[in-house]
Amino acid sequence: MNAWIPIARVDDIPVLGSRCVQREQGLDVAVFRNAQDEVFALLDRCPHKGGPLSQGIVFGTSVACPLHNWTIGLDSGCAKEPDEGCTPRFAVKVEDGVVHLDVQELSTLATDLTRPLAGPQRKTATA
Amino acid sequence: MDMRVNPKAKLKLVMVGNGMAGVRTIEELLKLAPDLYDITVFGAEPHPNYNRILLSPVLAGEQTLDEIVLNDWAWYTDNGITLHAGKTVTEVDRVKRMVRATGADGSVIEAPYDRLIMATGSNPFMLPIPGKDLAGVLAYRDIADTQAMIDAATRYSHAVVIGGGLLGLEAANGLMKRGMAVSVVHVGPWLMERQLDEVAGQLLQASLEERGMTFLMGAQTQELVGNDEGRVRAIRFKDGTEVPADLVVMAVGIRPNTALAESMRLHVNKGIVVSDTLQTVTDPRIYAVGECAAHRGIAYGLVAPLFEQGKVLATHLAEFGIGRYVGSLTSTKLKVTGIDLFSAGNFTGGANTEEIVMSDPSGGVYKKLVIQDDKLVGACLYGDTVDGSWYFKLLRDGRSVADIRDKLMFGESNIGDVGHQGQSKASAMADTDEVCGCNGVTKGTICKAIKDKGLFTLEEVRKQTKASASCGSCTGLVEQILMFTAGGDYSATPKLKAMCACTDHGHQAVRDAIRQSKYTNTGAVFAGMGWRTPNGCASCRPAVNYYLISTWPKEAKDDPQSRFINERMHANIQKDGTYSVIPRMWGGETTADELRRIADAVDKYKIPTVKVTGGQRIDLLGVKKEDLQAVWNDIGMPSGHAYAKALRTVKTCVGSEWCRMGTQDSTQMGKDLERAMWRMYAPHKVKFAVSGCPRNCAEAGIKDVGIIGVDSGWEMYVAGNGGIKTEVAHFFTKLKTAEEVLEYTGAFMQLYRLEGWYLERTVHYVNRVGLDYVKKKILDDHEGRKALWAELQFALDGEPDPWFEHQKAAVDTRQFIPIKPVAMEGVIV
Repeated sequence: MNAWIPIARVDDIPVLGSRCVQREQGLDVAVFRNAQDEVFALLDRCPHKGGPLSQGIVFGTSVACPLHNWTIGLDSGCAKEPDEGCTPRFAVKVEDGVVHLDVQELSTLATDLTRPLAGPQRKTATA
Repeated sequence: MDMRVNPKAKLKLVMVGNGMAGVRTIEELLKLAPDLYDITVFGAEPHPNYNRILLSPVLAGEQTLDEIVLNDWAWYTDNGITLHAGKTVTEVDRVKRMVRATGADGSVIEAPYDRLIMATGSNPFMLPIPGKDLAGVLAYRDIADTQAMIDAATRYSHAVVIGGGLLGLEAANGLMKRGMAVSVVHVGPWLMERQLDEVAGQLLQASLEERGMTFLMGAQTQELVGNDEGRVRAIRFKDGTEVPADLVVMAVGIRPNTALAESMRLHVNKGIVVSDTLQTVTDPRIYAVGECAAHRGIAYGLVAPLFEQGKVLATHLAEFGIGRYVGSLTSTKLKVTGIDLFSAGNFTGGANTEEIVMSDPSGGVYKKLVIQDDKLVGACLYGDTVDGSWYFKLLRDGRSVADIRDKLMFGESNIGDVGHQGQSKASAMADTDEVCGCNGVTKGTICKAIKDKGLFTLEEVRKQTKASASCGSCTGLVEQILMFTAGGDYSATPKLKAMCACTDHGHQAVRDAIRQSKYTNTGAVFAGMGWRTPNGCASCRPAVNYYLISTWPKEAKDDPQSRFINERMHANIQKDGTYSVIPRMWGGETTADELRRIADAVDKYKIPTVKVTGGQRIDLLGVKKEDLQAVWNDIGMPSGHAYAKALRTVKTCVGSEWCRMGTQDSTQMGKDLERAMWRMYAPHKVKFAVSGCPRNCAEAGIKDVGIIGVDSGWEMYVAGNGGIKTEVAHFFTKLKTAEEVLEYTGAFMQLYRLEGWYLERTVHYVNRVGLDYVKKKILDDHEGRKALWAELQFALDGEPDPWFEHQKAAVDTRQFIPIKPVAMEGVIV
């Protein structure tokens, strides 16, 4: 039996936009809403170079990554051909206009994935 | 109500011919309507579809037969296509709608059709001379011919190729590489006279002679002489001379293969006559595509137009009823490794044409450009073809070249390309050399993708490898690689380029419709113009949003979800998902107070990097999304719009206020320009610079608008660019007062804002419309200029600063606030 935790009302997510859900561990989960008010949740990390998908342009059932414009399917988490790669998906339940995520997934799914480093910390990391 | 007897039965589609154009049509059809038809294909050759263009590299031993197969046997099975390979269609009964074919063993196969595609290609033309049926006399058209030539090369030593055209020279080159002594017989005045002018033809001949090829120019073939075993042994000419020949290849041209069509009583005239939808004019159930089809009197022989035809035909077969083929302009390149030549259009010239010629025979370079009425109408390049695609584009676009005439000969790449080590010859590059500096794509990667994925067009290579997909400066190189690897004979139809895959409309059509139909939101544009997608995509939506707000200021509502993240967040996204913040410093001038506030913000928000930009401002890098609003507030300076397609910076020199050389107060002029035009969204980013004297310390010569102070006033330069291609700005006009500088700059900007296509910099906009046009609008039309300047001021009046007036600037502040699920209560189990 899944334990669901309420995240936000569907109306709190911009149409053709997203919100980020912070976790205790790991990167944010991006929760998207499309024009048909369908809600999708993906790890906020493009399979290409780790860009924050939550910041991309949403169209149809896809989002274009803001860094290099890869198109990621919101329902599959996978890049559109010819690009290859997938980002983890999170289960979503919408009940009475409230979006819920799976508690278990939030605390355990893909908590090891990180974003690329930028700036001075990059040099300390590689030194 | 569906009146069909059995509505579930699929329609039967039969294709006669299993070549490149036909199979590409089927591929396009399967993408659009995978389940509409039961498909049956007849092919006379016992092979699956292969790349006929690459027979020359196979002959030359550079590729193998397996490598040139485009669709293997499994492809047909996987797509449920019944393939009868090695079966020649002998009869089509149009009344019973039945195709009848015969195999080599005499077996007969019948297939009924609802729709029929004729894709019979063409046949080589054989000279009607005595001896043409001797063993060892071949055409050069298919795998069997190629194999026969390869076999002959192992056993015999003398080859004669009749025909010094494209195909003949490729055959001769291949045979020579296989060790044969090759003579080329050519009746024309010079080689490839249909593709080259005399000078280029002679350069080509010299280069091939150097490799060991012999030419018999103007020789008239009388007959082919056989030996006792019925094999050819010599070729005899009308003057009685003979040349030994164990192998004769006739490459004197091809003819559309219309024998079957004629027997079916389809209208044939230089090919099977088709309409713009590729439907035969005789029978609406029958279509023709490829080399066998005559469209508006032309039967094309190059792959790109044929694929274009296939695409159009597929949409009709899929019953979409859209798309028309309107003909193509073609260009030619020769597939002989190490020889670069290119020609397009009317390269021979004639009455009323002018020629620009550069000739360096010992250097092996020759270029001729033919110009008529200020337009490029033809080009013939030998030895250096990297600009071929640029010339071809100019030719297709039919744009006036009056303003770039002096630079035309030197090509697009000579204006300062960066990113690929100044390379201009792809063949000279190693596999490990980087072709595309933006995306780090090497020549080897591109070659591999072309071979593995069967790519033919530049668009396909861009999609698969990203090479030339960003800044585009390496396009010429990628096209050369494509040519050598896939043998893509490019050419493209002169139709308008669609904005993106969501629509067939081009940018101009969308701009026009927004004005004419007074659309004020993206939904109305998508519905009114028949977009294929419900809410566009990441490439058309930002464009349409810009067109709306620039055409209808104060009326169209800016849609933040149609903007790239930087313009939605009003900061510049970095690789790790943090942002950079650049506050505006009017004219690059700042104060101790501002610097103190910046320094405090850096400490308070632990901003890791502080950098001075090229535009005389300060960049704070690594700001967290959650901190953006607080950082803007603490700094308390206006938004620098360094993230936006908008006026970025106005770079200034110190000017007459301090400088001992200065003639004008450039800093004040820069500040005034910036204050007048900041918050101005544009098709792309816009940069200004103002220098106080002709020493031009502010580098005004490479800005969208550059102003240079002189003793008697100001010089105005436009459409410069310091990016991918360094483009020196054009001198535009001389002005007297600072007020004039504001008015003329503003009017130029408003013209660009109204007419530029999204993501088109001023340099590209001015290249497209021509500098003369811009001068007419701004310099000659005084009323028009004043109106444009007034329009811009109206549009900018009261525009909000997105850093401080969130609501008015449609900044959705929810985007800054992360959701913390722990803060919400009630776990439902």
